[in-house]
Amino acid sequence: MSKAETQQTEDEGRITNVSGPVVEAKGLDARMNDVVRVGEEELMGEVIEIEGGVTIIQVYEETSGISPGEPVITTGAPLSVELGPGILDSIYDGVQRPLDILEEEMGDFLDRGVDAPGIDLEKNWDFTPEVEEGDEVGEGDIVGTVPETESIDHKVMVPPDVEGTVSEVNEGEYTVEEPVVVLEDGTEITMLQEWPVRKARPVERKQTPRTPLQTGQRILDTLFPIAKGGTAAIPGPFGSGKTVTQHQLAKWSDADIVVYVGCGERGNEMTEVIDDFPELEDPKTGKPLMSRTSLIANTSNMPVAARESCIYTGITLAEYYRDMGYDVALMADSTSRWAEAMREISSRLEEMPGEEGYPAYLAASLAEFYERGGRVETLGGYDGSISVIGAVSPPGGDFSEPVTQNTLRIVKCFWALDADLAERRHFPAINWNDSYSLYKSQLDDFFADEVDEGWAETRQWAVGILDEEADLQEVVQLVGKDALPEDQQLTLEVARYIREVFLQQDAFHDVDTYCDLNKQFEMLRLIRKFNDLAFDALDAGVPVDEIQDVDAAPRMFNIPTEEDWEPLAEEIDEELDKEFGELS
Amino acid sequence: MKEYKTITEISGPLVFVEVDEPVGYDEIVEIKLSDGSTKRGQVLESGEEIVSLQVFEGTDELDRSSSVRFLGETMKMPVTEDLLGRVLSGRGEPIDGGADIVPEERRDIIGAAINPHAREYPDEFIQTGVSAIDGMNTLVRGQKLPIFSGSGLPHNELALQIARQADVRDDIGAEDDADTEDEEFAVIFGAMGITQEEANEFLEEFERTGALERSVVFQNLADDPAVERIVTPRMALTTAEYLAFDKGYHVLVILTDMTNYCEALREIGAAREEVPGRRGYPGYMYTDLANLYERAGRIEGKEGSVTQIPILTMPGDDDTHPIPDLTGYITEGQIYIDRRLESEGREPPVNVLPSLSRLMDDGIGEGYTREDHGDVANQLYAAYAEGNDLRDLVNIVGREALSERDNRFLDFADAFEGELIDQGWDTNRTIEETLGIAWDLLSTLPKTEMKRIDDDFVEKYYVGEDEAEEEEAEAAA
Ligand SMILES: Nc1ncnc2c1ncn2[C@@H]1O[C@H](COP(=O)(O)OP(=O)(O)O)[C@@H](O)[C@H]1O
Ligand SMILES: [Mg+2]
Repeated sequence: MSKAETQQTEDEGRITNVSGPVVEAKGLDARMNDVVRVGEEELMGEVIEIEGGVTIIQVYEETSGISPGEPVITTGAPLSVELGPGILDSIYDGVQRPLDILEEEMGDFLDRGVDAPGIDLEKNWDFTPEVEEGDEVGEGDIVGTVPETESIDHKVMVPPDVEGTVSEVNEGEYTVEEPVVVLEDGTEITMLQEWPVRKARPVERKQTPRTPLQTGQRILDTLFPIAKGGTAAIPGPFGSGKTVTQHQLAKWSDADIVVYVGCGERGNEMTEVIDDFPELEDPKTGKPLMSRTSLIANTSNMPVAARESCIYTGITLAEYYRDMGYDVALMADSTSRWAEAMREISSRLEEMPGEEGYPAYLAASLAEFYERGGRVETLGGYDGSISVIGAVSPPGGDFSEPVTQNTLRIVKCFWALDADLAERRHFPAINWNDSYSLYKSQLDDFFADEVDEGWAETRQWAVGILDEEADLQEVVQLVGKDALPEDQQLTLEVARYIREVFLQQDAFHDVDTYCDLNKQFEMLRLIRKFNDLAFDALDAGVPVDEIQDVDAAPRMFNIPTEEDWEPLAEEIDEELDKEFGELS
Repeated sequence: MKEYKTITEISGPLVFVEVDEPVGYDEIVEIKLSDGSTKRGQVLESGEEIVSLQVFEGTDELDRSSSVRFLGETMKMPVTEDLLGRVLSGRGEPIDGGADIVPEERRDIIGAAINPHAREYPDEFIQTGVSAIDGMNTLVRGQKLPIFSGSGLPHNELALQIARQADVRDDIGAEDDADTEDEEFAVIFGAMGITQEEANEFLEEFERTGALERSVVFQNLADDPAVERIVTPRMALTTAEYLAFDKGYHVLVILTDMTNYCEALREIGAAREEVPGRRGYPGYMYTDLANLYERAGRIEGKEGSVTQIPILTMPGDDDTHPIPDLTGYITEGQIYIDRRLESEGREPPVNVLPSLSRLMDDGIGEGYTREDHGDVANQLYAAYAEGNDLRDLVNIVGREALSERDNRFLDFADAFEGELIDQGWDTNRTIEETLGIAWDLLSTLPKTEMKRIDDDFVEKYYVGEDEAEEEEAEAAA
């Protein structure tokens, strides 16, 4: 976390009240959202309300033992993050303190009162300039690059509100605080920027997203695609697959940069990411996944105020890489815990509660957060995007609650998880009847050009079958499957292949965990071929039993887990022709 | 230390005291009653003039003349290995008539969060000997896996069976044969608001099996003060962490009944006139529970581990109730005890469908349990769910109206409950036995239905008849 350097005189007040993470102080001359140091141990806090002479502070660390009378010092600067090389391949807490450094300093358990800069100020980075003396540069322009990790070049940018003519360029090894470019008016550009987390970084303009974020997850890419720069919500009760889906996206989506925010969730889930990501390969670059990833872990047992801020920390880091012209994907698991943190703080402030005790500004805060996503033209004129994917954890799995409802008003993809599917181990347990994507039409051109002309039409066919199945299932519940007419029985059979071969996807299978667009399309095309042949056969008088006995069809179950799937798909394709040929 | 006789208000479990010196948040207080007895409490809010306290033993008999002494420190648990074998009150004081405890250290019971960077991902299979768990919802060392039950259901029996049988199979995956020495679990038992009778069930069993000497019992009973329940699990977990991460024990913590703990939280919230969250429970209950449940796990470079089995009774058997709901959102899965299975006499009556072990995937398979384990579990789930669905339909249309395939799935579901689930409280099955029974059951279904299982495993383990081949043979003949 930024030390928030400032020229202002530091003003000191005294604590008058302590109640959990909320502390009141008097005699403090601080502004809203200023970072303050609380108590003898100088715990980190933020001003969240000013009421006459009383300043109310949320504290990012445990407050046990803190008592009235202890000092509070304002730093005079708002809660900010440090932006520069070293963010990738890092794991931070909710206020950008690196967890590995904290471990070195305090051991296995998180103690308090320890500060650590968000990025290493000592380390030297190899700066390669992209501007020359005499060049005019403006805000957001890239002045040079630094190899940040194996797979990502860090772009050093002119900070917002700065412009001028380059008078000095320093190529070579520098720390983040040393000037790499100097402008004629003396302004020094370093590799380090600071930015207040609650303020969106400026952009030139928003643009319509037109390419999909390819996730390698069949049900997402094919049925409910999200655009690069899109927003999506994954609501679901516990155990339905929110976290696994988020992890899958963090692993396999074709974003340049991934910011993963574990907000108020399990410690072991973050450990899993820390363990797995360095071992896994980025499907795009073949480099370790961790080298394009930044993790923010504020687990459920870490201080609740830092849970409130971790979402802002995450989105600010994402914006910074977007400004470099990268496609960034941000996962937040879970936005409900963030909303609850707001509620907890708000209720300690005795604010007027809105729906279900959440503060009245819940909807506005959610909207503001998702609004910071999107595809943009940056200040420097580059094309960058942030896709924002938030998990939602509705109490009792009831989607009518405020966080889910307010989120639905904002996001354009809704991936509804379903406890019933999860119970029968149909994974991913995304309910195909309830979910939707509003990006489909703007992405269809991409799919038509890059995969197959028939993409949209094939998808529509599959959706049609699944809809039909849903209707038929209601009848089946009452009379049993065998009482249905033969053509309807066949539709159920085809739907079963769509569900069990295509929609189900095992995140834990080495091959099935990722499925590229071509394979997705081919799988669906093959099921459709079976459908067409089967209905032709039925029309020709072949009984449905015999059609169901076609040996080639169940072999489709082997495609998802087959690495070298193309020969297998071809073989099945031929056998289907052959077997059906023999039937009629 | 200054003594105040300035109680201004007593309300439910809360006491408000006027002070003229600063008092630390969370600090411990001692309250002396007019009859000379003392109670302990904790600072909930500390202002310059007024401090509010929660009193662990309840506020009965307190009056404004009671005196309050602030002890200048937060609540501590005296820890030592000698705690093993002892029975303590819900506040950590010995109640077994044994010797005084000479602590090696006094630890803050609030407990700091484990740095996620310092955690080691749990993946060591614990064989509980219970097929519903080992086969379908595998438990690993360092996991937090609660039992979701209802009032009157045999959750304690299951917890006891697990505590009795839990074993780490060092013989599988011989890579780290260094620690093949006998590593029995130390058991920490935290009782909150349960009856004396229930507590005795545990104690007697511990004594009978000799487990008591490697157990520490914390006992807050139904007639003990409710507020004390707030500290009981923290005492228990502080002890567990000490034994695990300082002394290298593998610790199994059983906490029962979390529902009573949450009721106590609600009571305090109501007394503080807080804005209540869902169904009257405090808005911070998620955070509060997380602060308990997250105190399970493994730490890199440390020998021991803390495995938690919290037990909760779902009010009205409703798993959307905030207590099970928030728990399920924090723990690494859950095991459901089911009323129908119980009434049918299944032992243990575990409903595997809503049950889950989130850490299963990394703790099973070759080198951990057996190569086919994951596929078998998936296939059992799919087949049992299908058979179970058909039960509703069969009630409407009768068995005759079902296809032959459907009838076989129905039979499968019955056999699954009868043979795999209903093993009896005293049966301790190895994982190989569990998987063997699983294959016997799966082999009653056609081979072509083994879609979730790798073909190689089907070849190796499936023992049913290959109907497709038979048909072909018939056709040929
Ligand atoms: N795509 C998937 N493939 C295989 N298993 C899955 C998948 N999604 C979820 N699961 C299973 O469901 C469990 C719960 O998923 P998780 O994402 O942790 O749920 P949530 O975050 O909604 O509580 C996982 O531990 C895993 O066993
Ligand atoms: Mg989750």
